[in-house]
Amino acid sequence: MGKIVARMGDGDRVDMTETEVQQDLEEGTQDAADRAKIPPLTSDEIAYLMELYRRKDRVVGVEDSKACCLSYDNQTSKIERAHIPVSKFQQLALFERCLGADTLELTHIDYSFKQVKHVVMYDKPNMEQAVLSTIAPIFYGAMPNLGLYSVPDGPVPNPMDLIPMDRIDEAREAYAQMVEYAISDMVYVGSQLYEFGGCDGINFDTTAASGDAEFYAALKAAEILHEKYPKMGIEMGMSGEFILGMHAEIEYDGVRLAGLYPHEQVKLCEKAGVTIFGPAINIVTNQSLPWNLARSITFTKACSEASNIPVHANLGMGVGGVPLVLHPPLDALSRASKAHVEICRLDGL
Amino acid sequence: MRTAGDLVARMQLNRGMRIDAAKSYVADKLGASVPDLADSVTMAELREDLDIGVVCEAPGVAKGIDAKFKIAKLLELDINCVSMFRERVGL
Repeated sequence: MGKIVARMGDGDRVDMTETEVQQDLEEGTQDAADRAKIPPLTSDEIAYLMELYRRKDRVVGVEDSKACCLSYDNQTSKIERAHIPVSKFQQLALFERCLGADTLELTHIDYSFKQVKHVVMYDKPNMEQAVLSTIAPIFYGAMPNLGLYSVPDGPVPNPMDLIPMDRIDEAREAYAQMVEYAISDMVYVGSQLYEFGGCDGINFDTTAASGDAEFYAALKAAEILHEKYPKMGIEMGMSGEFILGMHAEIEYDGVRLAGLYPHEQVKLCEKAGVTIFGPAINIVTNQSLPWNLARSITFTKACSEASNIPVHANLGMGVGGVPLVLHPPLDALSRASKAHVEICRLDGL
Repeated sequence: MRTAGDLVARMQLNRGMRIDAAKSYVADKLGASVPDLADSVTMAELREDLDIGVVCEAPGVAKGIDAKFKIAKLLELDINCVSMFRERVGL
């Protein structure tokens, strides 16, 4: 049995035996299957992943026939974050014509709809000009970020202060108020950028980071925007595999949101009018990447099989079997990408 | 943009088509095969012939909104900014 150089979820390299890799792959898929009550990976799929880890290639890629599209989150902040003095227009041109991006996304550096509302009058003309000079489909993107609507960042009492005092009803009322504010901001920003800016779609990124109430707000905003603009593209990327029950009782279309897994989340997104869904499976940093990859693929495969709309899984730092580091290593990123696309038959990443 | 990813992505985003259906649709409209869509040499020539924009801009090839007018017609797809442009200039 040869030694395999793998990594932990935090990116650290570890030497593993083939038996250890095999065991982690089997335990990872079983963990996902038990949690979401979905089938684990088949023995052929485990063997495929085992072979992927045996390969000595630094970078691997998908089969030609399985090439898929790439969409992005916070695209025009990536270069800005590196403190390279390049304008948003220049960044979009760089992504399109230097990096060959399939899709573009104009964003504000403070990537939340609440913060964007204040600068929408500046980003609207930015979008108007961007659509004249670019060719690829272009999103406007931001996060629902429900937490910004509660004290100390917003006007509503903070449910996290109320719950420990056993003031559950007041906490739920606070969530209801936050949801109303968030829906209003998302619909306002989405409408302005689509109707007046000319973008092709809106990207709701890192959805449900604040739990079930935030997922509800994003679904309602998508529903309203879809009714208002039936041809608008709507991508909804998630923040984790499991909807946290912070409110615990909130429902969308008669379905309780707390505790939903990706194969259930995508069905509600379809109903709301979302056109691309992005499941996000969080990394467990103290488990190996084989464990994490098998786990992530198990959730994502069930989601892709249940979906009638395109699925662009989130693969990046800390999600989708990619280590939680700012600059994911290519061996890990390319293996995670190839395995997700080929096993889950993904539409994009 | 090096191949046909932007065109396939449009069908996903604005029609909710899954990857195989989107690729077949685009290949059909372009008069190409599905494998051609992922080949950068074939697609560079085809994109230039169809004048729908190329990744390395060449003189005289459609750029920006010009290319999107042609993509909208070719894919029989409403592109938001193209419709807005038409309305603004009274086309």
